[in-house]
Amino acid sequence: MSKITVATIWLDGCSGCHMSFLDMDERLMQLAEKIELVYSPLVDIKEFPESVDIALVEGSVSNTDDLEKIRKVRTHARYLVSLGDCAVTGNVPGMRNPQGTAPMLHRAYHENATLQQGIPSRQVPALLPVVLPVHQAVPVDLVVPGCPPSADTIYYTLCELLEGRIPDLAQRTRFGA
Amino acid sequence: MTSIVTIDPVTRIEGHARITIHLNEQGTVEEARLHITQFRGFEKICEGRPFYEMPSLMARICGICPVSHLIASSKACDALLAAKPPRTGELLRRIMNLAQIIQSHALSFFHLSAPDFLLGMDSDPAQRSIFTLFSTHPQIARDGIALRRFGQHIIELLGKKRIHPSWVVPGGVSAPLTAEHREEMLAAIPDARQAVLRTLLWFEPSLSQYEQEIAVFANFPTLYMGLVTAEGGLEHYDGMLRFAGDDGAPIGADIAPQQFETCIGEAVEEWSYLKFPYYKPQGYPQGIYRVGPLARLNMVGKCGTPLADEWLQKFKAQHAAVRRSSFSYHYARLIEVLYAIERIEQILNEECILDTRVRAHADLNQQEGIGVSEAPRGTLMHHYRTDENGLITWANLIIATGHNNLAMNRGITQAAKHYITSADIPESVLNRIEAVIRAYDPCLSCSTHDDGRMALKVQLYDPKGTLLQEKHRQ
Ligand code: SF4
Repeated sequence: MSKITVATIWLDGCSGCHMSFLDMDERLMQLAEKIELVYSPLVDIKEFPESVDIALVEGSVSNTDDLEKIRKVRTHARYLVSLGDCAVTGNVPGMRNPQGTAPMLHRAYHENATLQQGIPSRQVPALLPVVLPVHQAVPVDLVVPGCPPSADTIYYTLCELLEGRIPDLAQRTRFGA
Repeated sequence: MTSIVTIDPVTRIEGHARITIHLNEQGTVEEARLHITQFRGFEKICEGRPFYEMPSLMARICGICPVSHLIASSKACDALLAAKPPRTGELLRRIMNLAQIIQSHALSFFHLSAPDFLLGMDSDPAQRSIFTLFSTHPQIARDGIALRRFGQHIIELLGKKRIHPSWVVPGGVSAPLTAEHREEMLAAIPDARQAVLRTLLWFEPSLSQYEQEIAVFANFPTLYMGLVTAEGGLEHYDGMLRFAGDDGAPIGADIAPQQFETCIGEAVEEWSYLKFPYYKPQGYPQGIYRVGPLARLNMVGKCGTPLADEWLQKFKAQHAAVRRSSFSYHYARLIEVLYAIERIEQILNEECILDTRVRAHADLNQQEGIGVSEAPRGTLMHHYRTDENGLITWANLIIATGHNNLAMNRGITQAAKHYITSADIPESVLNRIEAVIRAYDPCLSCSTHDDGRMALKVQLYDPKGTLLQEKHRQ
């Protein structure tokens, strides 16, 4: 039987959800017998594959690169999981929304810069006016809250999906913690 | 015609970035640039929030080294309280910081860079990952997983959570260590020590295979910066801030970390969200310096633990070109892992380690505070100001990877000049250029507290900067 293909995507998050994925430790070796990680910051494939069974998305949609990426992922992934509070609610990246992007950029590149003050604009993506949770950009099939969701929760979620069941996360999430 | 080659995203690094390589009319490399493409705005979103929320909020800058941010942030808050944590509180913070250095260095070495060493820089990119090592090099993969788990487990025993524990707080830590957890940590030490010694024993002799990489992976003199003890030894939590020259000898007197702004300026380039810190006395961009494991080992006379000191002597006996090459970050990282394991054991054997007084309680006593500590990737600085009620009015952060920004850019330029001789560039060459970045182990979600994202895309531009052609690396 061919392996289930899995992708992990990193949008605007702190990588903590990816680290929690790695916190599955030795269970990663067992999982590797059933799944193939076909796209991820942890592997060297640079193009999102034509078709992926499960996509785990960390982070919110905060700039034009994120938006382009998540649309592509949605087109090519059969089952899309919002992994962690940033993907689910906007969480910490979304804290900029009440003020908008201009004061953020001004603080970093004018007030807190010594030389050549100015806002980077070449070969870097523009910030979106508001940070979006993933489901506001594309349809999402499952949300897994937590900051980050624990390795046990991620392992349980993947095992259930591999068995063709929808995971029951009611008792396994820790919102905001 | 000038053209630009883009690597987008750079993979097996911790963050979001792309690399562009600028070719001149002769088709040879003019310059390479690392573009950090994420911006996060932490210096502003914290405004208006109570200072005691800062450690937990600022930890969300980075899921790889959240403990570094917890510590630098809590130290800045200690300054706001004008209170010093009790000795046991400080020692416990130190243990968590060292545990984090172990897990983060293990991630960088095994999960991200070992596929290049063990499978080869020229191997099939579809296979070049830790997941392939599970079947090709299972013992090494297991050592990597075990070392990372060792660090994460200590963090969990102390803080109840592996990622984003909220246990480090202004004034100290929120709960003491239990005798049972102390035993559990001590019991895990021998295996962890064996795992890193095994790794050093295969990695160090393999350095001779990497003469070319050592020669061109950011191999040039720069300054170094980092914290040192009063005796000039290895230090990750406190101490004095030192700038040293290429030979590792200090430049001027060490300064109090709170005075970092007298020596460090931050420049902006319009093509990256990551700013470019520089050593002010030498100006920009001449004031290039490096931080992190390589810088720390090059600057100090000793580590302070027996096995790590033996390895430090071996490292110091290497040719100057080896000690200067950013390829040697990998080697330095392993020595630091060994040191951290030994040091945790020493601290766990301190008499006062189970004391229950671990936190100083105070209200706001000062409206400005600076916290500096060594993160896995280098020196981390948090600087806050508050109003009279303790609500944050301003923050500035300088993150380890930021300090290395000038050196990363110059490093990929050096490697690109060496490897690229025509516009037809094989994948393996692009992977080597990415590998220069991996050697620095940039934590781009960190560095992009303001700014981070890495892919492989080739773009050709004309001299006016108009995009002529774009192709993706497959
Ligand atoms: S949910 Fe939490 S752990 Fe995950 S990316 Fe966001 S801040 Fe990091």
